[in-house]
Amino acid sequence: MYKNFGPYPAVIDVSFEVLKGEIVGFLGPNGAGKTTTMRTITGYLPPTSGNITVSGFDTVKYSLEARKHIGYLPETVPLYLDMTVIDYLTFMGRIRGMSRKWVEERIPKVIDHVKLGDYRNTLVGKLSKGYRQRTGIAQAILHEPDVLVMDEPTIGIDPIQVVETRELISELGESHTLLISSHILPEVSTICPRVLVISDGRIVADDKPSNLSQRLSGNERIELGVSGIDPQSAISAIRKIKNIIDVRSDTRAEKLDQASKENYHSILVDTKSNNNSSEKIAKLIVDNGWGLRNLTPLPMTLEEIFLQLTQDK
Amino acid sequence: MKNIIIILSKELKTYFASPMAYIVAAAYLAITGFFFVASVSDAFSEASIRGYLAGATFFMIFMSPAITMRLIAEEQKLGTLELLLTSPIKEAEVVIGKFLAAFITVIIMVILSMYFVIILYIFGDPDTGPLFNGLLGLLLYASSTLAIGLFASALSPNQIVGLVVGSGILTALTIVDFVASRIQGIGSDILSFMQLGASFSVFDLGALGVAESGHFADFARGIFSITDVVFYISVTIVFLLLTVIILESRRWR
Repeated sequence: MYKNFGPYPAVIDVSFEVLKGEIVGFLGPNGAGKTTTMRTITGYLPPTSGNITVSGFDTVKYSLEARKHIGYLPETVPLYLDMTVIDYLTFMGRIRGMSRKWVEERIPKVIDHVKLGDYRNTLVGKLSKGYRQRTGIAQAILHEPDVLVMDEPTIGIDPIQVVETRELISELGESHTLLISSHILPEVSTICPRVLVISDGRIVADDKPSNLSQRLSGNERIELGVSGIDPQSAISAIRKIKNIIDVRSDTRAEKLDQASKENYHSILVDTKSNNNSSEKIAKLIVDNGWGLRNLTPLPMTLEEIFLQLTQDK
Repeated sequence: MKNIIIILSKELKTYFASPMAYIVAAAYLAITGFFFVASVSDAFSEASIRGYLAGATFFMIFMSPAITMRLIAEEQKLGTLELLLTSPIKEAEVVIGKFLAAFITVIIMVILSMYFVIILYIFGDPDTGPLFNGLLGLLLYASSTLAIGLFASALSPNQIVGLVVGSGILTALTIVDFVASRIQGIGSDILSFMQLGASFSVFDLGALGVAESGHFADFARGIFSITDVVFYISVTIVFLLLTVIILESRRWR
């Protein structure tokens, strides 16, 4: 589908299919078209051209039907601050076409599920951000939708609550088809088995997080801990191995800390993949009688994948 | 219909859970009470609610947009509008539900003020027909001011903008006779016809009975005119439709 705002294209030829039960991460920088795509899926905006089908219903032609099958959590969690959690959920359920009886049965379950039990009669305006987020998630899953669409579900909440929210989302993935957008890259790779990368309104990649790094990199990064030798000689020795691209001291603060405490040097090695570089490095260290504390191949981070994907274009 | 009632009951709950409705109701009773007392406390006053109607129509210029200002603006600001419009519910149902909530709030205020009428019946001998005709006119007038207020609320996520624009439109439509009487020809006729509020001279105790323009004039005098009824209902419908169009406009913007 395509979506223009006036003369400006926001989403260009985005086409994908999400199967029942899949968890898909929608990854892109701010302004890439994530929110616009999600708004067209939820029926808030119609696409300029192309079409979108949710649970078999076209979001423009059978908009009301399609909406019944979607649970939506927009980026700014939409809450009525002057209602209690229960009143809010009751209203949202009723507006989604749930019967009074169904709403009454369903709310205690949902509140338990998102662990809001202690706050059921609290005014939404008095909840912390993390609990507001849960209330937002609760309204999205209340009517047992087939499809859950969540726009940046962990934005702006504190780190502990981020972890809890992620766990909750992973759990939801077991019973729903899930589409989550994010610009926080590690988040998507922990939750989603499949990632769509969008940039400037186009999909630039659609794959597993692990495949993405392999497909793109051609390079591997190895984290190395050596002792019994000064780091400079170690680095120059490793450099001489074939197919090694770069060797340098690891300057990440937490690694430096750990290394100096335990009296070894942490080194990062970039190498071409499929060359058994790890074995060669290990052999070199052992042959020279140095101490080998660790040797860990690092997957490429999504930040790097993302940079590469958008620059290739 | 079910969706309208869900929206309506939610908005009514919100009104009466916050101090806003009570403050507005108190102000309404105080101001209309003042006008009522002023109009019936002379030695040979007429036992009518004309003074009350003057106060009510005047105060609604500010009161109606104050009641409606949060209805849509707040939803835009909180982001709940996006949720509402991605629920299986039509824009028109949202607008009608919200309008009815505001209208019922005003009807409750008018009912609260009915002790004026009881006082009239105890101490005087009012004409029942014109009295209820006046109240009917007041409700019709109220519905069109609320529709205009709701329209203003949809224009921006800022409630104050809704209040100022709504009151501005209502003020302009009330004092339009000042302009109409100073120009000639068809322009003057059109402007006079657009006069929503009551020309204040209708209520001027010294000028009672003098024919004045404005769709409220006949109601104030106790005359039932189908033209005025149709006018107020049309204004209400037109502004509710405009509100729906604003909400739908995101689709083709």
